[in-house]
Amino acid sequence: MTNTLHRYGDEHSLRNDFIVFAIPCRGYNDQDAVPKLRQFLRMAVKHDPVNIGDGSRGSMYRPNRSLNPMAHWSRDTKPDIEEVVEKVANPTTVAAVFDNKTAAETFIEELRKADLGLSINLSASIANAQTCCHDIDLPRHSVEYSLGFIGKTDRLADRQVLELSTMCGHGMISFTFARKMIDWVREGRRTPEQACRYMSRFCSCGIYNPTRAKEILEEAMLRNS
Amino acid sequence: MLIDEKKCVACGNCVSVCPMGAIHIDPVKRRATVNQDECVECYTCYRGMSKEHLNPVIVRTIRRIGGLFRWRFDPEPDVCPTDALTEPELSWPRVVRRAFSDPIVPHESTGVHGRGTEEVKTNDVTNRVGFGDAGFTIEFGRPTVGVRFWQIQEMTRELAKMDLTFEKRNPVTSLMTNPVTGDLREDILNEKILSAIVEFKASLRNVPAILRKVKEVANRLDTIVAIGAAARCDENGDNELEEILRQESFGFVRGKTNLGLGRASNAVPEAQEATVSAT
Repeated sequence: MTNTLHRYGDEHSLRNDFIVFAIPCRGYNDQDAVPKLRQFLRMAVKHDPVNIGDGSRGSMYRPNRSLNPMAHWSRDTKPDIEEVVEKVANPTTVAAVFDNKTAAETFIEELRKADLGLSINLSASIANAQTCCHDIDLPRHSVEYSLGFIGKTDRLADRQVLELSTMCGHGMISFTFARKMIDWVREGRRTPEQACRYMSRFCSCGIYNPTRAKEILEEAMLRNS
Repeated sequence: MLIDEKKCVACGNCVSVCPMGAIHIDPVKRRATVNQDECVECYTCYRGMSKEHLNPVIVRTIRRIGGLFRWRFDPEPDVCPTDALTEPELSWPRVVRRAFSDPIVPHESTGVHGRGTEEVKTNDVTNRVGFGDAGFTIEFGRPTVGVRFWQIQEMTRELAKMDLTFEKRNPVTSLMTNPVTGDLREDILNEKILSAIVEFKASLRNVPAILRKVKEVANRLDTIVAIGAAARCDENGDNELEEILRQESFGFVRGKTNLGLGRASNAVPEAQEATVSAT
């Protein structure tokens, strides 16, 4: 999940963004991984994640294949957590997103005790991850640092669009769609919560953080980017 | 991706959803149209949009009447009302576009979804990036700009001249015809994809030279390059890479931390040579 590595934002913007994910390693510990991945997700749910997902089958916010036209007025927006947990069918990456450090820390503590044997990673700001590890007395094994974007950076969008769009590192949330959501919220056509749900449905791995997205949209409502 | 002209009602929802901006409403046909050269087969529109299965004739009529009165229906922005998006049958080399752009499809070369890399996410199990090493992920086309393989090849050719080792279990490496020169398969060079990661490891002492080279080549490319650099930590959770990065004036806010809780457990561990020498 380099998918989570290059989230755009400064320390303040990333303060409530903690992604804990489990990944089996092909050829090393993937043979009995599926029940462990389900266990990971079940344990995560107890800590109120703002999103969970399975890298190959989708997140708890997902599109509907046969939507009723009445959805334009009253759409069922209830996240489908059980669908994610039960449908894990192959060794893949599963993730849980938290909007506070306490929940992430407690979950990691519980994972350590459960000893699943899968690689567990925390994707967050470097400072937050370091504090987490320090607080639970778990030294970092390896760290990958995002060194940011270089090259033709004039092809990038503005800050708020980038913050919204890069929360799906696979690029499933286009700049145009993120911009449209900002505009719709500012025009009063949708609430920040509704706009977050639209965007979350495009992120198939379940690593989109709707809490952070809502904060970005609320900020965008109040001032120009 | 294809759009069924008989079904499309030109609502325009798919236009803003496309990460590549490859869809527009044809003003003559009054239907959404996909620029096939720009489409990377990411399936964002097909998979990400909810679907109604409304009758296109009725929807067009309602839209036409509403349009006459300058009425604008304010529909859900993530819905294709008539299920007009159609999955294409992809053949080589176009199938490469989907493999590198649709995160749901696992890469054949690695069996991993997304961009197909494990990087240091499983380093606690593989110890691929050891003490004294730096692991690199050089990603092209992200976020939502896209890249063609010939642009990636410009980088791999330059990197191949340096003292580093390309990761064998990586989708881009699997498309190299010669890891010593960094050449990629010729038949895919013009294929456009959403993003791809070139992955390699090197000695920590070579980090400054590699970073300078990556910067130099990236500035010649008409795309975005995102750099990830990784290191193994000591028993206190510290590593030497951080200081090197600071000395090279690379700031870092975000990162991914492997917590060291994984271990090998397969009955028959796969003894696999995980790297390909570049030099």
